Amino acid sequence: MASKPNFVQISEAQFRTNFSDLHPPLGDNAAVVEASRCLFCFDAPCTIACPTHIDVPKFIKKIATRNVHGSARTILEANILGASCAKVCPVDVLCEGACVMNHHNEKPIQIGLLQRYAMDWADQRDYQPFAAGNPNGKKVACIGGGPASLACAAELAQMGYDVTIYERKPLAGGLNTYGIAEYKLTPKDAVRETERVRHLGVKFECGVEVTDHIGEATGKAKAPATQRSISFRELEDQYNAVFIGIGLGETLDLKIPGEDLGGVVDALSFIEEYKTRRTKCRVGKRVAVIGAGNTAVDAATAAARLGAAEVRMVYRRSEKEMPAFAYEYELAKRDGINFNWLTQPVRIHGKKHVEKLECVRMELGKPDKTGRRRPEPVPRSKFFIECDMVIKSLGQTKFEGFLQGILHLNRAKDGRVMVDEMTYQTSNPKYFAGGDCINGGQEVVDAVADGKKAAHGIHGWIQGLG
Amino acid sequence: MADLSITFAKKIKSPNPFWLASAPPTNSGFQVMRAFEAGWGGAVWKTIGEPIVNTTSRYSSIDYNGVRMMGFNNIELISDRPIEDNLREIYEVKKRFPHHAVIASLMVESKREVWHDIVKRTEDSGTDGLELNFGCPHGMSERGMGSAVGQVPEYCEMITAWVKEVAQTPVLIKLTPNVTNIAAIGRAAKRGGADGLSAINTINSITSIDLQDLTPRPKVRGKSAHGGYCGPAVKPIALNMVSQLTCDPEIQIPVSGIGGISTWQDAAEFMLLGCTSIQVCTAVMHYGFRLVEDMIDGLSNWMDEKGFKTIEDFRGLSLARMTDWGNLDMNYKIVASIDPDKCIGCDLCHIACWDTAHQCIHIEGEGREAPTRNEREAAMNFLQPPVHHPLTVHEPILHSRGITNQNIGISGNGGARRAAPPITPLHASTQDAPPALRSNRVPYVDEEECVGCNLCWLVCPVEGCITMKEVDTGLPEESWNKRLKRLSQTAE
Repeated sequence: MASKPNFVQISEAQFRTNFSDLHPPLGDNAAVVEASRCLFCFDAPCTIACPTHIDVPKFIKKIATRNVHGSARTILEANILGASCAKVCPVDVLCEGACVMNHHNEKPIQIGLLQRYAMDWADQRDYQPFAAGNPNGKKVACIGGGPASLACAAELAQMGYDVTIYERKPLAGGLNTYGIAEYKLTPKDAVRETERVRHLGVKFECGVEVTDHIGEATGKAKAPATQRSISFRELEDQYNAVFIGIGLGETLDLKIPGEDLGGVVDALSFIEEYKTRRTKCRVGKRVAVIGAGNTAVDAATAAARLGAAEVRMVYRRSEKEMPAFAYEYELAKRDGINFNWLTQPVRIHGKKHVEKLECVRMELGKPDKTGRRRPEPVPRSKFFIECDMVIKSLGQTKFEGFLQGILHLNRAKDGRVMVDEMTYQTSNPKYFAGGDCINGGQEVVDAVADGKKAAHGIHGWIQGLG
Repeated sequence: MADLSITFAKKIKSPNPFWLASAPPTNSGFQVMRAFEAGWGGAVWKTIGEPIVNTTSRYSSIDYNGVRMMGFNNIELISDRPIEDNLREIYEVKKRFPHHAVIASLMVESKREVWHDIVKRTEDSGTDGLELNFGCPHGMSERGMGSAVGQVPEYCEMITAWVKEVAQTPVLIKLTPNVTNIAAIGRAAKRGGADGLSAINTINSITSIDLQDLTPRPKVRGKSAHGGYCGPAVKPIALNMVSQLTCDPEIQIPVSGIGGISTWQDAAEFMLLGCTSIQVCTAVMHYGFRLVEDMIDGLSNWMDEKGFKTIEDFRGLSLARMTDWGNLDMNYKIVASIDPDKCIGCDLCHIACWDTAHQCIHIEGEGREAPTRNEREAAMNFLQPPVHHPLTVHEPILHSRGITNQNIGISGNGGARRAAPPITPLHASTQDAPPALRSNRVPYVDEEECVGCNLCWLVCPVEGCITMKEVDTGLPEESWNKRLKRLSQTAE
């Protein structure tokens, strides 16, 4: 980002304050008191609600008896990324949402914070509860170093597989490392968690691009020329099975004039930049975020915390249709974000750099095929929003080109990789898939659950081959 | 408003039945005056005798589920202050608070003239009564005092009689619970001439052991000794022992109830079993003297609600409802009833009944069906686990419903050796996480099998969700004793 007078920067001290823990950890006694509130439900709804089915009452009871060691092990047995999930899971709609206390006019047990308590214990000791299994001579490659691949690799390594993760970025962890709001999860913690997978003997090939059969690089060819690469064909030759955990692609374009002006960035790149460059990341004084999903909230709150004087979220539908979780919306409001509901950007103005956003007002018409009322432009409603920076957050693409390199890989109309419901095997039997690339973009914990299940699918398939 | 004032053993008057027990809170005049200002009706002074030397530390406790001091333990001895200081302060307190009850607790070596001397000196201070400490179970007992006296009926009777030879004020005997039959000691005190009893003193205890350094608590330079246990945990034991005293036809002298009393409800319970006054220690050591405000207020409101004008109106009323097991009606039947609207679906009643009671609370839900009686019996006969499936493998919630269902199949299973599993359609997974439905988790009771044990009701965290309903068995009331009588009559 060019140095401009209408851009601001904050100090390291401010950065630390502004991006400190959203939910500070529980102390020892507070953890025991909170754990003791747990009713220890039989066949507990929280465990059912967790995609990785962590035995929640079991790990909580262990905190109550100060057996934090056993608690940490219980969590990690079900979810090798239990530490990041404790911080980033939308607990309101998962375990805590299912807590029976909600029917009891009481606050649900703070499962996320208790899980974090046990995971902090584990991290403070570099606790490694598991070891690699006896080598079985089989090799599996995982494409992508995010949660789905990490979970898949960890599971396979414990079964004796020789697993290699291929990640095109310099660090493993995927969106955990590069794409989650700093006040929820720091890159340091995300990378530390990948060490637990490395400890199982999983090899990490970071900075390696996987290319399609005709040697074309994935993504938008961002990789420097010196970057190493490996092709699908080579993977197929060298490995008994391949897991696809590539997540999603680039942020969708606005498809309006002016999109190439300076100061127009996509949300994920922006989040990655401030998380890796911290105070070196400059933010516009006035920022418009286009979109109203969870990532849009992450970008908007980050802009505000990086010192932007005015941050607004611009969304073409109304507050009711906002796709972000309710508590994310609350977070945005608490950070002083403004909202332009029923507003459609139509053009970005500026000489070299964005100066203002031209918009039209919308109104809601008849429901479309998603069941939401279709926004329609109001005639002669043009207006301008003055801004120094535009952050696009309209969702991500689905790696269309890249996946075409795999023969016989069937995908849904919307681009998602299709898998067998039980085994996570794709239509090309050597390939299995999980995470955002099959579900279109869900939570870290969903990706972990996919990776785990796919590992068992791979194991079953390879065993069947004999 | 109800009248809370009492007269204990005809002579000790107190504006309310709430006394502080002889313990650290009544160690000095300063403390007792603060307590009276806070509302306490009486105080039994920290036991006076030849001053002792204490150790550090002195206390340890048991916490439960994060709540502190559910049970409390001490190895502190009697007063470490000179006898004359204590007596002077009693005099000052009585001068300032003439209408409050001040009772001096005494413990001296077991010699007639020593007891005579201390009783006379103490009564000169203006105390309203004397409490002989025959209960302290630690330290003093090793020197032949405290519970060493209270555990032997003959000693207890003898020393009581010595004191009564000179005492002008009522004499209460404080009893130890560390005996096989507390009533036997109570009777001995009565024979010695006691005017009242105080019960119970603390129970021999080791509260806990530090699992890091393996030292029991409380620690005194790497060692510990058994102490005396008190606090909320001991209340049920104390209630039973008090009832053994108040029910005994040979005793029938006023009792001051002690043992885990923290609230007005606890106090009311002791009085319903016949106590005239009650004594508190651990609760004020936890929260301070201000605790008495709610004790007075709560008891008074309850009495107004129940129409009791004085303490005597309800004292001992529950004694008539205590009997021997042999007199209980065996034809009375209750069964559990679960209110589905109140149930929050924790299923604790189900697992408690299933694992540890009578297997009569079932859950019907997806993937689970309640076993029939035959199935259960069959399972028992073949020594197999009952037909019941604790969910270890959960069906995936996500990805359970695909948006596209075209079955493209997986061609060629690579020469799989085992039978190929049925081919499931490939799905593009969708966000589909239904919240756990409460209605699927509401258990139901098999009333035929329910024995009415109360366990489910006790484990249920929701007030009023499980109730125990009376069922008409059509049989006349009959106790074990009556049945034996009937059977012996038919035999004749």
